[in-house]
Amino acid sequence: MNIVVCVKYVPDAQSDRTFNESDNTTDRVGVDGLLSELDEYAVEEALKLVEAGEGEVTVVTVGPDQAADALKKALQMGADKAVHVKDDAIHGSDAVATSLVLAEAIKKIGSPDLVITGMASTDGTMSVVPAMLAERLGLPQVTFASELSIDGSTVTIRRDGDAASETIVATLPALVSVTDQINEPRFPSFKGIMAAKKKPVEEWALADLGVDASQVGLEAAWSKVESFTKRPPREQGQIVTDDGDGGTKLAEFLYAQKFV
Amino acid sequence: MSPAQSPFELFGIDALLTEEERDIRSAVKTVVDSQIRPHIAQWYESGELPARELAKELGKVGLLGMHLEGYGCAGTSSTAYGIACLELEAGDSGVRSLVSVQGSLAMFAIHHFGSDEQKDAWLPRMATGEAIGCFGLTEPDFGSNPAGMRTRARRDGDDWVLDGTKMWITNGSIADVAVVWANTDEEEGSRGIRGFVVPTSTPGFSAPKITGKMSLRASVTSELVLDGVRLPASAMLPTARGLGGPLSCLTEARFGIIFGALGAARDCLETAISYAGARQVFDRPIAGFQLTQAKLADMSLELGKGMLLALHLGRAKDEGRLQPEQVSLGKLNNVRESIAIARECRTILGANGISGEYPVMRHAANLESVLTYEGTSEVHQLVIGQALTGVSAFRG
Ligand SMILES: Cc1cc2nc3c(=O)[nH]c(=O)nc-3n(C[C@H](O)[C@H](O)[C@H](O)COP(=O)(O)OP(=O)(O)OC[C@H]3O[C@@H](n4cnc5c(N)ncnc54)[C@H](O)[C@@H]3O)c2cc1C
Repeated sequence: MNIVVCVKYVPDAQSDRTFNESDNTTDRVGVDGLLSELDEYAVEEALKLVEAGEGEVTVVTVGPDQAADALKKALQMGADKAVHVKDDAIHGSDAVATSLVLAEAIKKIGSPDLVITGMASTDGTMSVVPAMLAERLGLPQVTFASELSIDGSTVTIRRDGDAASETIVATLPALVSVTDQINEPRFPSFKGIMAAKKKPVEEWALADLGVDASQVGLEAAWSKVESFTKRPPREQGQIVTDDGDGGTKLAEFLYAQKFV
Repeated sequence: MSPAQSPFELFGIDALLTEEERDIRSAVKTVVDSQIRPHIAQWYESGELPARELAKELGKVGLLGMHLEGYGCAGTSSTAYGIACLELEAGDSGVRSLVSVQGSLAMFAIHHFGSDEQKDAWLPRMATGEAIGCFGLTEPDFGSNPAGMRTRARRDGDDWVLDGTKMWITNGSIADVAVVWANTDEEEGSRGIRGFVVPTSTPGFSAPKITGKMSLRASVTSELVLDGVRLPASAMLPTARGLGGPLSCLTEARFGIIFGALGAARDCLETAISYAGARQVFDRPIAGFQLTQAKLADMSLELGKGMLLALHLGRAKDEGRLQPEQVSLGKLNNVRESIAIARECRTILGANGISGEYPVMRHAANLESVLTYEGTSEVHQLVIGQALTGVSAFRG
């Protein structure tokens, strides 16, 4: 079974994330970046499936030069090869354009039996790329999988909702997005780190995919960030002095904040 | 105010590492942050280390015997091994000791001096952490002078029968296999010393745990009692003869300590710097006092210099030109400076410095063991003194 996993390079949530002053896009250059944590689950799930049977895991990313780090991490975890789509024209692309580029890249990679993505990116957190991508590829989309199994030509997933858990079956090839409940992503091992250096990484530009620059980038985006303001600094917490009624005051506070 | 830099950033250490070394470093950091840091204070306090489970986690990443070739080992450079030791010891010297003894003493001895059968039987399982090894050289009466060891291996038909006691043996009580050094021929003196691969299930072998340690509490330290331990001829390490065998293993482990000790020091220094920034005394952070800054500057200088020395020796080892007396330079300097840093950091934390809530006192106490094992500071001074003068002063 051949699997393509879409991975995203995102600013490290641990560091100070900002927007670019000039065009209000996410600053991916000035801060440390990494493979989106939610995509690690997608990579892990693909590796497990291939390890249990046969086939290859290809990881693909659309992003700037530094996005190679996200691919490297996935290769270190055990993916077989990687595709990096990078082109200056892509800068500022929205989800619609990103899904277009990803779709063309996946077509060029071949016809995978399964496309796996994370449930959302940790920076944009929109969760729409998987759905758009499935539509563009003409694949059934089964999203937010917290459990996944393959049986011959079908994929079965469990999607946990607030009220019920659904079991959903789709025929292969299909696109699945996975949640952070589905597995425990492995750490790259030293062997993985050393092997990754020798694994193939292809770099494609828009022209290689037959995508016109006018279809992507900030200019083509359907929505734009008009302005941003920094989150105000945290205010001092409220100290409740216990004059024998501390419990009541605490309960009142929790109630007022709608915590209870 | 300009943005704060860490001591290693100040020295530009990252630029001296390859991309692979940086990746290995961050892989070890992840393991330390997720598997060790959350529990270490409690392990230390209780003196209990869940060594078997931990060994499997460390094995998964490839930390056990990482710089050995084949048998499931990753085969990294020696410098990468050193960097991994540094990150592990930033967690705790005891955990790093588990890894040093497993990889550089027990596995290295079998890998280097063992027969194919011994290698096949033990190395793959030791690399995954499924089997744990220990290394028995020191005896109650022979530490710095192992040549005088009293443990005997006596021939009986084709078999060997081992009798004696080993002391201060890391991983002893939890080991599946012990590499034990014993004298096979008293007439020959230390030339009669040979190594044996002893499954710890062999009758006559026992390994009571040493309790009441005030240092390296998150590490298993044991006595090995060999009471008529009968082994087949195939248990002997075929190619290790004389004291050179165990000493070459020790050189491997010592090399890791050159880096490792700096990890403990770095953790202390980072803790002290952040504490100094937060702690207000006389209406200002203690980081703003010149005396504190002088301490921090001096400690950073020693830490950075130690790292430059470690990397210099690491590159020499990877190019196959590292001499044992150079390992002594590194071990003596870096452990001595690290313990000085730990103690100085302790002062910056004031009373909190003695608390288990912070890692500083734990590191300082651990480094007392590190100062003594793998050759005491005095022994390394003698090695260096001999290299400089051509005169051996070991016997006074
Ligand atoms: C926590 C821990 C774990 C250990 N793990 C292991 C292990 O896994 N395997 C193993 O085999 N051993 C292990 N050891 C033992 C360690 O290697 C010895 O403790 C060390 O070699 C010193 O020996 P000793 O304690 O007998 O001290 P001694 O040799 O008695 O030395 C006492 C003091 O005398 C000094 N001294 C000795 N000779 C001279 C000299 N000629 N000139 C000047 N000063 C001298 C020493 O430097 C030291 O300061 C461990 C020790 C500790 C504390």
